[in-house]
Amino acid sequence: MYKEHFEYFSNNKSIYLDNAATTQKPKAVLDVMNDYYTKFCSNIHRSNYSNANKATTLYENARNYLQEFINANENYEIIFTKGVTESINFIAQSFVKDNFDTVIISKLEHHSNIVPWHMQGKTLHKGLEVVNCDENLNFDLDHFDELLTKHTNAFVSIAHISNAFGKILPIKEIVKIAHKYNCPVLVDGAQSLAHIKIDMQDLDVDFYAMSSHKTFGPTGTGAIYIKEKYLKDIKPYQTGGATINDVTFERSVFLDSPYMFEAGTQNIAGVLGFHEALKFIENTSYEKIHNSELDLYLYLYKELSSIPDIVFYSDVQDSIGSLSFNITGLNHEDIGILLDKQHVLVRCGHHCAQPVMKYLNIEGTIRVSIAFYNDKYDVNKFIIALKKAIEILKD
Amino acid sequence: MLVNVLMEQRVLQIKEDLELFDNDLDKYEYIIDLGKSLEPLDKDNEKDENLVQGCTSKVWLICEKKEDKLHFKANSNAMIVKGLVYILITLFSNLRAKEILDINLDVLKKLNLAEIITPNRQSGVVGMMKRIKEYAQALKENNEK
Repeated sequence: MYKEHFEYFSNNKSIYLDNAATTQKPKAVLDVMNDYYTKFCSNIHRSNYSNANKATTLYENARNYLQEFINANENYEIIFTKGVTESINFIAQSFVKDNFDTVIISKLEHHSNIVPWHMQGKTLHKGLEVVNCDENLNFDLDHFDELLTKHTNAFVSIAHISNAFGKILPIKEIVKIAHKYNCPVLVDGAQSLAHIKIDMQDLDVDFYAMSSHKTFGPTGTGAIYIKEKYLKDIKPYQTGGATINDVTFERSVFLDSPYMFEAGTQNIAGVLGFHEALKFIENTSYEKIHNSELDLYLYLYKELSSIPDIVFYSDVQDSIGSLSFNITGLNHEDIGILLDKQHVLVRCGHHCAQPVMKYLNIEGTIRVSIAFYNDKYDVNKFIIALKKAIEILKD
Repeated sequence: MLVNVLMEQRVLQIKEDLELFDNDLDKYEYIIDLGKSLEPLDKDNEKDENLVQGCTSKVWLICEKKEDKLHFKANSNAMIVKGLVYILITLFSNLRAKEILDINLDVLKKLNLAEIITPNRQSGVVGMMKRIKEYAQALKENNEK
């Protein structure tokens, strides 16, 4: 029923179940971006003619909207970036590097929340600590507490939802424990906004990284929320045009947040598209999204469970979006190719989360990731194609 | 060079076989069956130093010399890749080192491998070609000593 808002589905008869990689974009998002490029394309925060003023106003409206959307206190706590990867790299470089001895992450992180710490020379037990999880990949809060006791000057950087397994981490509890030790928390929200309502006051996180393209918006856009009290301690990650108040050959005086962090011409069409995607979610309502997704997720799990030799790596408790599995004796890549040949699109591989794959002693999985526009028809088609792939490979 | 004429014939033969299938799934079943015909590789040879770089799946490749010709043996942990490996080994086996080094790899473009494997997996084919040429180069240098 929701697919009619997405031109992709009328142009493409494939079954799209790779939403954790990127989501499809509603027509309204594409229209807004097209309008910008065809009707008032101009730079923001610079020129003063009417089209430029319009672009600037809409860009800042997007910031205000996102502020309200995630319930941040101030609009200057929202900084637009290229996405989650840039958001984490920004905070790693501009804040964590010079201020913290240890970074604590979970076992479920994807590479974007591992490699930036390695780049700072923080490797396992030498500046980087990894919180254990149980046999269902649930975050071990006791171990987390233990790590914080041992590492007093720590920064916590944790995924909200695992991209590979769909596990939702208990962010509120994590933040409460971390704050007990005065440790700030960054949450990698790459997989969250498409599925669940997030609230900065309720979660009380200090940094929250967001992705537009995984939230029905365009690629190359995202944002980071930075709690106001940290803004004064964060240095600009990049510098250049539109970040400064005054420049002489002797020195530069920066503007305040968010402008000091948004160097150079921004992805204006991307931000306007992101804004429209958020409006689309709001109009659809998270309640409807959540209900429709949860039903489908459980249906998918039930259907998969009946397939012989299937191996799951976690339960479906506290999970959404992604579901990963393997079929004993078969290679996930083979299955992925045969699904593709039947026009069913899923991701097979390590999902940019090699450490957790190594922990599970596997090379990768078949990952089905749903969004609210998917339906039982998609799941049924997928199951038929999967059974056919298995039949071919086991023949 | 004569080897390139021979190579072109081998490529065209494989291309003809692959083009027999209208249906993609049938084509892949055929490729999987080809993989089953691969000469077995001893488990001892399935070690890291024999791994081909760039493959999404694991591919182990070794080279044996029979008289003055090279024979390749390989295995993979993925069945479709195993079939593709069979095709590549068939193309390059039973040739002399110098002949392998003289092969113009452009001939492989005629196989349209891009239609069979994804862009992510094509670096594996490049890795395999590189490894085959390295074996041939090492053997040629050894012969010249």
